[in-house]
Amino acid sequence: MKPAPFAYRRPGTIAEAVEALAGEPNAKVLAGGQSLVPLLSMRLAAPATLVDINGIPGLDTITVLPESENGGGVRVGALARHAAVLASDDVRRVQPLVPLALSHVAHATIRNRGTTVGSLVHADAAAEMPVVLSLLGGSVEVEGPAGRRTIPASELYVGPLESSLHHDEIAVSAFFPALAPGAGVAFEEIARRHGDYALVGAAALVDGAPGDGQSVKVGYLSVSDVPTVVDLSGVADDELGEAALAQLDPAEDIHASAAYRAQLVRVLTARVVRSARVFRQAQRPEEL
Amino acid sequence: MEELHDVRLSVNGHTHEIRVPARRLLSDALRHDLRLTGTHVGCEHGVCGACTILVDGAPTRACLMFAVSAQGSEITTVEGLTRPDGSLGPVQQAFMECHGLQCGFCTPGFLTTITAGLRDNPTPTHDEARDMVAGNLCRCTGYQNIVKAVERAAEIAGEEAAS
Repeated sequence: MKPAPFAYRRPGTIAEAVEALAGEPNAKVLAGGQSLVPLLSMRLAAPATLVDINGIPGLDTITVLPESENGGGVRVGALARHAAVLASDDVRRVQPLVPLALSHVAHATIRNRGTTVGSLVHADAAAEMPVVLSLLGGSVEVEGPAGRRTIPASELYVGPLESSLHHDEIAVSAFFPALAPGAGVAFEEIARRHGDYALVGAAALVDGAPGDGQSVKVGYLSVSDVPTVVDLSGVADDELGEAALAQLDPAEDIHASAAYRAQLVRVLTARVVRSARVFRQAQRPEEL
Repeated sequence: MEELHDVRLSVNGHTHEIRVPARRLLSDALRHDLRLTGTHVGCEHGVCGACTILVDGAPTRACLMFAVSAQGSEITTVEGLTRPDGSLGPVQQAFMECHGLQCGFCTPGFLTTITAGLRDNPTPTHDEARDMVAGNLCRCTGYQNIVKAVERAAEIAGEEAAS
Protein backbone atom coordinates (compact mmCIF):
# COMPACT_ATOMS: atom_id res chain seq x y z
CA MET A 1 0.00 0.00 0.00
CA LYS A 2 2.57 2.57 -1.03
CA PRO A 3 2.21 4.98 -3.96
CA ALA A 4 4.35 4.44 -7.03
CA PRO A 5 7.17 6.98 -7.43
CA PHE A 6 6.20 10.38 -8.81
CA ALA A 7 7.88 13.71 -9.35
CA TYR A 8 6.73 16.39 -6.92
CA ARG A 9 6.19 20.04 -7.78
CA ARG A 10 5.11 22.68 -5.31
CA PRO A 11 4.44 25.85 -7.31
CA GLY A 12 3.95 29.22 -5.63
CA THR A 13 1.47 30.61 -8.15
CA ILE A 14 -1.38 29.28 -10.27
CA ALA A 15 0.53 30.21 -13.42
CA GLU A 16 3.47 28.06 -12.31
CA ALA A 17 1.09 25.23 -11.48
CA VAL A 18 -0.48 25.42 -14.96
CA GLU A 19 2.99 25.41 -16.49
CA ALA A 20 3.94 22.32 -14.49
CA LEU A 21 0.78 20.56 -15.67
CA ALA A 22 1.23 21.63 -19.29
CA GLY A 23 4.67 20.05 -19.48
CA GLU A 24 3.51 16.66 -18.23
CA PRO A 25 0.36 15.04 -19.67
CA ASN A 26 0.31 12.44 -16.88
CA ALA A 27 0.26 14.89 -13.97
CA LYS A 28 -2.34 15.32 -11.25
CA VAL A 29 -3.16 18.24 -8.99
CA LEU A 30 -2.84 17.56 -5.25
CA ALA A 31 -5.13 19.71 -3.11
CA GLY A 32 -6.54 18.02 0.01
CA GLY A 33 -5.62 14.57 -1.27
CA GLN A 34 -8.33 12.80 0.71
CA SER A 35 -9.54 10.99 -2.42
CA LEU A 36 -6.34 11.11 -4.45
CA VAL A 37 -3.89 9.70 -1.88
CA PRO A 38 -5.89 6.48 -1.31
CA LEU A 39 -6.04 6.01 -5.10
CA LEU A 40 -2.25 6.44 -5.22
CA SER A 41 -1.65 4.14 -2.25
CA MET A 42 -3.82 1.43 -3.79
CA ARG A 43 -2.06 2.12 -7.10
CA LEU A 44 -5.34 2.67 -8.87
CA ALA A 45 -3.65 5.83 -10.10
CA ALA A 46 0.05 6.36 -10.80
CA PRO A 47 0.61 9.86 -12.16
CA ALA A 48 4.15 10.77 -13.24
CA THR A 49 3.96 14.12 -11.45
CA LEU A 50 1.98 15.57 -8.58
CA VAL A 51 1.47 19.32 -8.61
CA ASP A 52 0.86 20.27 -4.98
CA ILE A 53 -1.14 23.52 -4.91
CA ASN A 54 -1.09 23.81 -1.10
CA GLY A 55 1.73 26.36 -1.27
CA ILE A 56 -0.19 28.81 -3.45
CA PRO A 57 -1.38 31.74 -1.35
CA GLY A 58 -4.88 33.18 -1.60
CA LEU A 59 -6.71 30.04 -2.69
CA ASP A 60 -8.44 29.31 0.62
CA THR A 61 -10.93 32.15 0.38
CA ILE A 62 -14.71 31.99 0.85
CA THR A 63 -16.37 35.06 -0.64
CA VAL A 64 -19.98 36.22 -0.71
CA LEU A 65 -20.93 37.63 -4.12
CA PRO A 66 -23.57 40.37 -4.25
CA GLU A 67 -26.75 39.98 -6.29
CA SER A 68 -25.19 42.04 -9.08
CA GLU A 69 -22.76 39.17 -9.77
CA ASN A 70 -24.48 36.12 -11.27
CA GLY A 71 -27.49 36.77 -9.04
CA GLY A 72 -25.41 36.41 -5.89
CA GLY A 73 -23.91 33.41 -4.16
CA VAL A 74 -20.69 32.19 -2.62
CA ARG A 75 -17.35 31.62 -4.28
CA VAL A 76 -15.18 28.98 -2.66
CA GLY A 77 -11.44 28.91 -3.41
CA ALA A 78 -9.56 25.77 -4.40
CA LEU A 79 -7.86 25.40 -1.02
CA ALA A 80 -10.89 26.08 1.17
CA ARG A 81 -11.20 22.94 3.29
CA HIS A 82 -14.61 21.31 3.69
CA ALA A 83 -14.43 22.12 7.41
CA ALA A 84 -13.96 25.84 6.74
CA VAL A 85 -16.83 25.94 4.25
CA LEU A 86 -19.05 23.99 6.65
CA ALA A 87 -18.22 26.39 9.50
CA SER A 88 -18.78 29.53 7.43
CA ASP A 89 -21.76 31.60 8.60
CA ASP A 90 -21.72 33.41 5.25
CA VAL A 91 -22.13 30.17 3.33
CA ARG A 92 -24.90 28.99 5.66
CA ARG A 93 -26.79 32.26 5.22
CA VAL A 94 -26.38 32.57 1.45
CA GLN A 95 -26.78 28.92 0.40
CA PRO A 96 -27.81 26.62 3.26
CA LEU A 97 -27.79 23.52 1.03
CA VAL A 98 -23.99 23.62 1.02
CA PRO A 99 -23.56 23.00 4.78
CA LEU A 100 -26.55 20.61 4.82
CA ALA A 101 -24.70 18.41 2.33
CA LEU A 102 -21.19 19.02 3.68
CA SER A 103 -22.09 17.57 7.07
CA HIS A 104 -22.47 14.24 5.22
CA VAL A 105 -19.06 14.42 3.53
CA ALA A 106 -16.93 11.73 5.20
CA HIS A 107 -15.91 12.47 8.80
CA ALA A 108 -14.72 15.66 10.46
CA THR A 109 -11.09 14.55 10.25
CA ILE A 110 -11.30 14.10 6.48
CA ARG A 111 -13.13 17.43 6.14
CA ASN A 112 -10.24 19.15 7.91
CA ARG A 113 -7.97 18.39 4.97
CA GLY A 114 -10.24 17.69 1.99
CA THR A 115 -11.25 20.62 -0.19
CA THR A 116 -14.70 21.36 -1.57
CA VAL A 117 -13.39 22.33 -5.00
CA GLY A 118 -11.22 19.21 -5.11
CA SER A 119 -14.26 17.10 -4.39
CA LEU A 120 -16.17 18.86 -7.18
CA VAL A 121 -13.58 18.17 -9.87
CA HIS A 122 -12.78 14.67 -8.59
CA ALA A 123 -16.24 14.07 -10.11
CA ASP A 124 -17.22 11.10 -7.99
CA ALA A 125 -20.90 10.34 -8.58
CA ALA A 126 -21.05 8.98 -5.02
CA ALA A 127 -19.95 12.32 -3.56
CA GLU A 128 -22.26 14.96 -2.15
CA MET A 129 -20.87 18.24 -3.47
CA PRO A 130 -21.05 17.53 -7.23
CA VAL A 131 -24.78 16.90 -6.81
CA VAL A 132 -25.19 20.13 -4.87
CA LEU A 133 -23.36 22.13 -7.56
CA SER A 134 -25.42 20.46 -10.30
CA LEU A 135 -28.75 21.00 -8.55
CA LEU A 136 -28.04 24.66 -7.83
CA GLY A 137 -26.71 25.34 -11.33
CA GLY A 138 -23.32 26.43 -10.02
CA SER A 139 -20.03 26.47 -11.85
CA VAL A 140 -16.30 25.93 -11.54
CA GLU A 141 -13.70 28.44 -12.67
CA VAL A 142 -10.59 26.86 -14.15
CA GLU A 143 -7.26 28.26 -15.29
CA GLY A 144 -5.16 26.81 -18.10
CA PRO A 145 -2.52 27.95 -20.57
CA ALA A 146 -5.20 29.88 -22.51
CA GLY A 147 -6.39 31.71 -19.41
CA ARG A 148 -9.50 31.30 -17.30
CA ARG A 149 -12.86 29.88 -18.25
CA THR A 150 -16.03 29.04 -16.38
CA ILE A 151 -17.50 25.55 -16.66
CA PRO A 152 -21.18 25.32 -15.70
CA ALA A 153 -22.02 22.27 -13.58
CA SER A 154 -24.21 20.98 -16.41
CA GLU A 155 -21.07 20.63 -18.57
CA LEU A 156 -18.66 19.56 -15.84
CA TYR A 157 -19.49 15.90 -15.33
CA VAL A 158 -18.69 13.64 -18.26
CA GLY A 159 -18.47 10.13 -16.76
CA PRO A 160 -17.39 8.18 -13.69
CA LEU A 161 -14.60 10.18 -12.01
CA GLU A 162 -14.31 12.20 -15.22
CA SER A 163 -14.74 15.95 -15.49
CA SER A 164 -14.49 18.19 -18.53
CA LEU A 165 -11.34 19.91 -17.25
CA HIS A 166 -8.39 19.59 -19.61
CA HIS A 167 -5.26 17.95 -18.20
CA ASP A 168 -3.46 21.29 -18.01
CA GLU A 169 -6.27 23.14 -16.27
CA ILE A 170 -6.63 23.77 -12.55
CA ALA A 171 -9.92 24.41 -10.79
CA VAL A 172 -9.40 27.76 -9.09
CA SER A 173 -12.78 28.20 -7.42
CA ALA A 174 -16.39 27.10 -7.40
CA PHE A 175 -19.51 29.24 -7.44
CA PHE A 176 -22.64 28.19 -5.54
CA PRO A 177 -25.65 30.40 -6.41
CA ALA A 178 -27.52 31.96 -3.51
CA LEU A 179 -30.79 30.50 -2.31
CA ALA A 180 -33.63 32.54 -3.82
CA PRO A 181 -35.94 34.20 -1.29
CA GLY A 182 -38.87 31.97 -2.24
CA ALA A 183 -36.92 28.73 -2.34
CA GLY A 184 -36.23 25.83 0.02
CA VAL A 185 -33.61 23.09 0.14
CA ALA A 186 -33.02 19.73 1.82
CA PHE A 187 -30.44 16.98 1.81
CA GLU A 188 -30.61 13.37 2.96
CA GLU A 189 -28.67 10.23 2.35
CA ILE A 190 -28.68 6.60 3.40
CA ALA A 191 -25.30 5.09 4.25
CA ARG A 192 -24.42 1.84 6.00
CA ARG A 193 -22.39 3.77 8.53
CA HIS A 194 -22.29 7.48 9.27
CA GLY A 195 -19.53 9.03 7.13
CA ASP A 196 -19.46 6.22 4.56
CA TYR A 197 -20.26 6.79 0.94
CA ALA A 198 -24.03 6.90 0.58
CA LEU A 199 -25.94 4.02 -1.00
CA VAL A 200 -28.21 6.78 -2.31
CA GLY A 201 -28.35 10.46 -1.47
CA ALA A 202 -30.76 13.15 -2.60
CA ALA A 203 -30.82 16.94 -2.53
CA ALA A 204 -33.98 18.93 -3.23
CA LEU A 205 -34.57 22.49 -4.37
CA VAL A 206 -38.11 23.86 -4.42
CA ASP A 207 -38.90 27.35 -5.63
CA GLY A 208 -42.16 29.26 -5.58
CA ALA A 209 -45.45 28.99 -3.72
CA PRO A 210 -46.87 25.50 -3.15
CA GLY A 211 -49.04 24.26 -6.01
CA ASP A 212 -48.69 23.26 -9.63
CA GLY A 213 -46.46 26.23 -10.43
CA GLN A 214 -43.81 25.31 -7.88
CA SER A 215 -40.47 24.32 -9.34
CA VAL A 216 -39.24 21.03 -7.79
CA LYS A 217 -35.83 19.62 -8.64
CA VAL A 218 -34.00 16.73 -7.01
CA GLY A 219 -30.35 15.73 -7.48
CA TYR A 220 -29.10 12.21 -6.78
CA LEU A 221 -25.76 10.75 -5.79
CA SER A 222 -24.70 7.10 -5.98
CA VAL A 223 -27.53 6.34 -8.41
CA SER A 224 -25.93 6.92 -11.82
CA ASP A 225 -22.41 7.31 -13.23
CA VAL A 226 -22.64 11.08 -12.93
CA PRO A 227 -24.51 13.41 -10.57
CA THR A 228 -28.07 13.47 -11.90
CA VAL A 229 -30.75 16.14 -11.50
CA VAL A 230 -34.38 15.47 -12.38
CA ASP A 231 -37.20 18.00 -12.67
CA LEU A 232 -40.24 16.93 -10.69
CA SER A 233 -42.26 20.14 -11.04
CA GLY A 234 -45.99 19.51 -11.21
CA VAL A 235 -45.73 15.88 -10.03
CA ALA A 236 -48.27 14.79 -7.40
CA ASP A 237 -46.79 14.09 -3.96
CA ASP A 238 -47.47 10.36 -4.00
CA GLU A 239 -45.93 9.96 -7.48
CA LEU A 240 -42.62 11.74 -6.84
CA GLY A 241 -40.55 8.58 -6.41
CA GLU A 242 -41.89 6.85 -9.52
CA ALA A 243 -41.54 10.04 -11.57
CA ALA A 244 -37.90 10.29 -10.49
CA LEU A 245 -37.24 6.62 -11.31
CA ALA A 246 -38.67 7.16 -14.80
CA GLN A 247 -35.63 9.37 -15.42
CA LEU A 248 -33.06 7.31 -13.51
CA ASP A 249 -31.49 3.89 -13.96
CA PRO A 250 -30.16 2.83 -10.55
CA ALA A 251 -27.04 0.70 -10.81
CA GLU A 252 -26.21 -2.48 -8.89
CA ASP A 253 -22.93 -2.96 -7.03
CA ILE A 254 -21.62 -4.91 -4.04
CA HIS A 255 -23.23 -2.43 -1.65
CA ALA A 256 -26.80 -2.48 -2.92
CA SER A 257 -28.96 -4.12 -5.56
CA ALA A 258 -30.59 -1.98 -8.23
CA ALA A 259 -34.00 -2.76 -6.72
CA TYR A 260 -32.88 -1.58 -3.28
CA ARG A 261 -31.43 1.60 -4.75
CA ALA A 262 -34.73 2.22 -6.56
CA GLN A 263 -36.55 1.85 -3.25
CA LEU A 264 -34.16 4.33 -1.62
CA VAL A 265 -34.83 6.75 -4.48
CA ARG A 266 -38.59 6.46 -3.84
CA VAL A 267 -38.22 7.03 -0.10
CA LEU A 268 -35.59 9.77 -0.23
CA THR A 269 -37.30 11.69 -3.05
CA ALA A 270 -40.51 12.03 -1.07
CA ARG A 271 -38.54 12.88 2.05
CA VAL A 272 -36.30 15.61 0.63
CA VAL A 273 -39.09 17.29 -1.33
CA ARG A 274 -41.20 17.40 1.84
CA SER A 275 -38.25 18.72 3.88
CA ALA A 276 -37.41 21.38 1.30
CA ARG A 277 -41.02 22.59 1.40
CA VAL A 278 -40.90 22.71 5.20
CA PHE A 279 -37.61 24.62 4.98
CA ARG A 280 -39.18 27.10 2.58
CA GLN A 281 -42.28 27.49 4.72
CA ALA A 282 -40.25 28.09 7.88
CA GLN A 283 -38.79 31.17 6.22
CA ARG A 284 -42.17 32.43 5.04
CA PRO A 285 -44.49 32.22 8.04
CA GLU A 286 -46.82 34.77 6.43
CA GLU A 287 -48.03 32.09 3.97
CA LEU A 288 -49.36 29.86 6.74
CA MET B 1 17.19 6.80 -8.86
CA GLU B 2 14.14 8.29 -7.19
CA GLU B 3 14.41 11.98 -6.41
CA LEU B 4 14.77 12.79 -2.71
CA HIS B 5 13.49 15.87 -0.94
CA ASP B 6 14.85 17.59 2.12
CA VAL B 7 11.91 17.97 4.43
CA ARG B 8 11.82 19.85 7.70
CA LEU B 9 9.08 18.59 9.99
CA SER B 10 8.02 20.22 13.21
CA VAL B 11 6.67 17.50 15.50
CA ASN B 12 5.65 17.95 19.14
CA GLY B 13 7.69 21.13 19.31
CA HIS B 14 10.88 19.60 17.88
CA THR B 15 12.24 20.21 14.40
CA HIS B 16 13.43 17.22 12.39
CA GLU B 17 15.20 17.17 9.04
CA ILE B 18 14.72 14.15 6.84
CA ARG B 19 15.51 13.24 3.27
CA VAL B 20 12.68 11.29 1.69
CA PRO B 21 11.07 10.56 -1.67
CA ALA B 22 7.93 12.57 -2.43
CA ARG B 23 5.79 9.48 -2.07
CA ARG B 24 6.73 8.99 1.61
CA LEU B 25 3.44 9.11 3.49
CA LEU B 26 3.51 11.35 6.54
CA SER B 27 2.53 8.33 8.67
CA ASP B 28 5.60 6.46 7.41
CA ALA B 29 7.85 9.48 7.85
CA LEU B 30 6.79 9.73 11.49
CA ARG B 31 7.21 6.02 12.17
CA HIS B 32 10.19 5.04 10.01
CA ASP B 33 12.21 8.22 9.62
CA LEU B 34 11.52 9.87 12.98
CA ARG B 35 10.96 6.61 14.92
CA LEU B 36 7.84 8.06 16.48
CA THR B 37 5.98 4.77 16.43
CA GLY B 38 3.08 5.95 18.57
CA THR B 39 1.19 6.87 15.42
CA HIS B 40 -0.31 3.58 14.21
CA VAL B 41 -1.09 2.60 10.65
CA GLY B 42 -4.20 0.50 10.18
CA CYS B 43 -6.02 0.65 6.86
CA GLU B 44 -3.67 3.09 5.16
CA HIS B 45 -6.44 4.66 3.13
CA GLY B 46 -8.10 7.03 5.54
CA VAL B 47 -10.91 4.85 6.85
CA CYS B 48 -9.79 3.54 10.26
CA GLY B 49 -8.43 6.66 11.94
CA ALA B 50 -5.55 4.93 13.78
CA CYS B 51 -2.98 7.27 12.20
CA THR B 52 -4.83 10.47 13.12
CA ILE B 53 -2.46 13.26 14.15
CA LEU B 54 -2.96 16.98 14.66
CA VAL B 55 -1.77 19.23 11.84
CA ASP B 56 -1.81 22.82 13.03
CA GLY B 57 -4.21 21.60 15.69
CA ALA B 58 -6.68 19.93 13.34
CA PRO B 59 -7.14 16.14 13.41
CA THR B 60 -5.77 14.81 10.12
CA ARG B 61 -5.08 11.36 8.69
CA ALA B 62 -1.29 11.00 8.54
CA CYS B 63 -1.71 8.27 5.88
CA LEU B 64 -3.47 10.73 3.56
CA MET B 65 -0.69 13.30 3.53
CA PHE B 66 2.78 13.20 2.10
CA ALA B 67 5.67 14.23 4.32
CA VAL B 68 6.76 16.80 1.71
CA SER B 69 3.34 18.48 2.01
CA ALA B 70 3.66 18.79 5.78
CA GLN B 71 6.52 21.30 5.72
CA GLY B 72 5.70 24.44 7.61
CA SER B 73 2.93 22.78 9.63
CA GLU B 74 3.02 22.15 13.35
CA ILE B 75 2.39 18.45 13.95
CA THR B 76 1.27 16.82 17.18
CA THR B 77 1.38 13.04 17.57
CA VAL B 78 0.24 10.90 20.47
CA GLU B 79 3.74 11.27 21.92
CA GLY B 80 3.00 14.98 22.28
CA LEU B 81 -0.09 14.46 24.44
CA THR B 82 1.67 13.65 27.71
CA ARG B 83 2.30 16.45 30.16
CA PRO B 84 5.73 18.09 30.28
CA ASP B 85 6.65 15.94 33.32
CA GLY B 86 5.85 12.78 31.35
CA SER B 87 2.61 11.93 33.16
CA LEU B 88 -0.58 11.17 31.25
CA GLY B 89 -2.62 13.97 29.70
CA PRO B 90 -6.33 14.23 30.56
CA VAL B 91 -7.55 12.15 27.60
CA GLN B 92 -4.95 9.45 28.24
CA GLN B 93 -5.83 9.43 31.95
CA ALA B 94 -9.53 9.07 31.11
CA PHE B 95 -8.86 6.16 28.73
CA MET B 96 -7.02 4.36 31.51
CA GLU B 97 -9.70 5.03 34.12
CA CYS B 98 -12.60 4.06 31.82
CA HIS B 99 -10.92 1.04 30.24
CA GLY B 100 -11.21 2.78 26.88
CA LEU B 101 -8.83 0.38 25.19
CA GLN B 102 -8.13 -3.31 24.95
CA CYS B 103 -5.49 -4.10 22.34
CA GLY B 104 -4.63 -0.41 22.03
CA PHE B 105 -3.98 -0.35 18.31
CA CYS B 106 -6.59 2.30 17.54
CA THR B 107 -5.91 4.31 20.70
CA PRO B 108 -3.39 6.89 19.38
CA GLY B 109 -5.91 8.04 16.77
CA PHE B 110 -8.67 8.32 19.35
CA LEU B 111 -6.44 10.27 21.76
CA THR B 112 -5.43 12.88 19.20
CA THR B 113 -8.97 13.22 17.82
CA ILE B 114 -10.51 13.64 21.28
CA THR B 115 -7.80 16.06 22.41
CA ALA B 116 -8.71 18.40 19.55
CA GLY B 117 -12.43 17.69 19.98
CA LEU B 118 -12.43 18.71 23.64
CA ARG B 119 -10.38 21.79 22.87
CA ASP B 120 -13.11 22.90 20.45
CA ASN B 121 -15.99 21.68 22.63
CA PRO B 122 -14.90 21.31 26.29
CA THR B 123 -18.34 20.17 27.53
CA PRO B 124 -19.76 17.76 24.94
CA THR B 125 -23.18 16.17 25.33
CA HIS B 126 -23.37 12.39 25.13
CA ASP B 127 -24.33 12.63 21.44
CA GLU B 128 -21.51 15.08 20.75
CA ALA B 129 -19.07 12.75 22.51
CA ARG B 130 -20.22 9.91 20.24
CA ASP B 131 -19.97 12.11 17.18
CA MET B 132 -16.47 13.18 18.17
CA VAL B 133 -15.18 9.61 17.74
CA ALA B 134 -17.40 8.64 14.80
CA GLY B 135 -14.48 8.72 12.36
CA ASN B 136 -12.32 6.24 14.29
CA LEU B 137 -12.66 2.48 14.26
CA CYS B 138 -12.10 0.24 17.30
CA ARG B 139 -12.59 -3.50 16.97
CA CYS B 140 -12.24 -4.38 20.67
CA THR B 141 -14.18 -2.14 22.98
CA GLY B 142 -17.58 -1.70 21.37
CA TYR B 143 -17.03 2.05 21.82
CA GLN B 144 -19.05 2.37 25.06
CA ASN B 145 -15.98 2.86 27.22
CA ILE B 146 -14.39 5.17 24.67
CA VAL B 147 -17.42 7.45 24.78
CA LYS B 148 -17.27 7.28 28.59
CA ALA B 149 -13.60 8.25 28.35
CA VAL B 150 -14.48 11.31 26.24
CA GLU B 151 -16.89 12.43 28.94
CA ARG B 152 -14.43 11.62 31.73
CA ALA B 153 -11.63 13.50 29.94
CA ALA B 154 -13.89 16.54 29.71
CA GLU B 155 -14.44 16.24 33.48
CA ILE B 156 -10.73 15.97 34.23
CA ALA B 157 -9.87 18.91 32.00
CA GLY B 158 -12.72 20.93 33.51
CA GLU B 159 -11.56 20.20 37.08
CA GLU B 160 -8.01 21.19 36.17
CA ALA B 161 -9.16 24.42 34.55
CA ALA B 162 -11.19 25.25 37.67
CA SER B 163 -8.41 24.51 40.15
